Amino acid sequence: MNILAIKGTVKLGLKSLWMHKLRSTLTTLGIVFGVCSVIAMLAIGEGASREAQAAIARLGSTNLIIETVQPQQTQTSTEQTVNRYGLTYDDAESIRNTFAHLEVTVPIREIPSQARYLTRKTAVKVIGTVPWYNEVAPVRLLRGRFLSSTDLHRNLSVCVIDEQLVDKLFAFEDPIGKLLKIADSVYEVVGVSAESMGDTLTAGTQKGIAAALSSGVAGNVYMPLTTAKTRFSEMTGSFGGNTRNMEIVELQKIIVKVNSNEEVLPTHALLDGLLKRIHNNKQDYHIEVPLELLEEAARQTRIFSIVLGSIAAISLLVGGIGIMNIMLATVSERTREIGIRRALGAKKTDIIFQFLAETLLLTLAGGLLGVLLGSVIPYVVTKFSDVETVITGLSLILAFGISALIGVTFGMYPAWHAANMNPIESLRHE
Amino acid sequence: MDVVKIENLSKTYQMGQTRLRALKEVDLAVSRGQYLAIMGPSGSGKSTLLNLLGCLDRPSSGRYYLGGSDVSGMDDTELSQIRGKRIGFIFQSYNLIAQLNVLENIELPMFYQGVSAIESSRRARELVEMVGLGDRMKHRPWELSGGQQQRVAIARALANDPVILLADEPTGNLDSASGAEILGILETLHNQQKTIIVVTHDTAIAQRAQRTIHLLDGRIERDEVN
Repeated sequence: MNILAIKGTVKLGLKSLWMHKLRSTLTTLGIVFGVCSVIAMLAIGEGASREAQAAIARLGSTNLIIETVQPQQTQTSTEQTVNRYGLTYDDAESIRNTFAHLEVTVPIREIPSQARYLTRKTAVKVIGTVPWYNEVAPVRLLRGRFLSSTDLHRNLSVCVIDEQLVDKLFAFEDPIGKLLKIADSVYEVVGVSAESMGDTLTAGTQKGIAAALSSGVAGNVYMPLTTAKTRFSEMTGSFGGNTRNMEIVELQKIIVKVNSNEEVLPTHALLDGLLKRIHNNKQDYHIEVPLELLEEAARQTRIFSIVLGSIAAISLLVGGIGIMNIMLATVSERTREIGIRRALGAKKTDIIFQFLAETLLLTLAGGLLGVLLGSVIPYVVTKFSDVETVITGLSLILAFGISALIGVTFGMYPAWHAANMNPIESLRHE
Repeated sequence: MDVVKIENLSKTYQMGQTRLRALKEVDLAVSRGQYLAIMGPSGSGKSTLLNLLGCLDRPSSGRYYLGGSDVSGMDDTELSQIRGKRIGFIFQSYNLIAQLNVLENIELPMFYQGVSAIESSRRARELVEMVGLGDRMKHRPWELSGGQQQRVAIARALANDPVILLADEPTGNLDSASGAEILGILETLHNQQKTIIVVTHDTAIAQRAQRTIHLLDGRIERDEVN
């Protein structure tokens, strides 16, 4: 078939479709919605995937986060108990000394407290840490500086606060150089960081999200670990009736960073071995591996995308069957026309191409409309529901390609049926 | 020279248990430029002969030479080519295609022969003028009278300059005035040395041909020159 013949066939097809405008439009709608839902579903799936991966990537894929967890109580303590558990300064020291390949080791203490400036006060989370904290959780400083090693070595009463806290306590004043009262002591504000930088460390874990939601903490205060150690007691307690439970926890977290993703899993095993030994198999810590979460999330969102895509593909399939149905009806309605064409010299292949061209025109038009509509829907979804959506070029090509494929697949049988009708009987058909 | 030459042509239909011998060892030769009428009551094998002559069907046995080549053993694709190139069909019910206008209907046989758009358009205009419908080129079939539609059908049949024109009751659906018009055109074509085969019930129409063959029970009963 040369280009001229194709042009002629397409022209013939358009004429026939134009004869039955309503039927053609209704038939096309099946494909429009199919293609449109494939694109929309894939966009939503891709959006969910990116969102999850971004959240976990913020934890740092080369980080390993060791957290203190409260061990399961072996006996119900109705009396006065002192419960010492969790990560310790010695643990941090041991990790640093044992593993030479670690880039950094960052011990972290987290203390819920209260901050006060003049008459305004609010709940805060005090984070006692070291100056190289920003190697594991990049700190975006808005003003001033972050903690320095001098601060650390001299136990200086300085702190870095986040934007949220600035809004809450300082309103229109510049907080740098101001004195902030936290618990019973006074600290000089030396820097302001972008919002919720501390939370990025726990954002990926459900625990972290739950904690942030329940504590009602207005913001984070970063201070040297040494300062936090001297100013805040490691002992916390709960008192009620005749029970009196005391807990002593030195560090809430130790974050270590390795050089590359390949070192993450071996380091995980080594760390676990070391801590098990030091802690005598006591289950009072947990090692979170963002890389594992990342891989798990990638796997889950892939499944999510496949499920959504399959549902959409089924609707496309239904559209295709609709097209086949209509084309079969069209063929039987046009039996006489087919007979005439055969008498005038049309070969079987000419008839096949004619009906295939009509089906393809329908599905491609439907595909095109579906792509247009499908590119709009994700924006609407994002606008009204906060769900992130990402339209990839691949999904557009995929959806359009599938619609073309459906045109050929479901158009083939009606076209073949038309071509194989007996010309004599077709001519006699009323 | 014989444009159509049929030797020993038979056609048998198997209908369930019964075998129907629609055509029994028919011999027929039609020379170039001849105007031939085929007559016969229904069931005489008229339609079967027409379908075989028109290459719409294949014989059970025997030979059929059309324009010098043996078409009796050809496959579907080859027969389609032969129909398009060497045969011009004129049907009782005109059989124009509704979604195409007059010009496009006439161009259709040329489209299937791969004639270029410019050439087929030129030829179609020439033919539409010849049948006197130059002012109706863009009309759709339903906008034309029966006589006009049949004239378009004749123009279409002539598009690829066929070896024979096969007309099946060409005036069957027409009033006498339009019918006479159509027969007039056929006579003009005959005068231009076209070979014409008309199948009809109507003796008056058959009278206008040069030669009439009468079919009965699948055989040629009479072959007479008018």
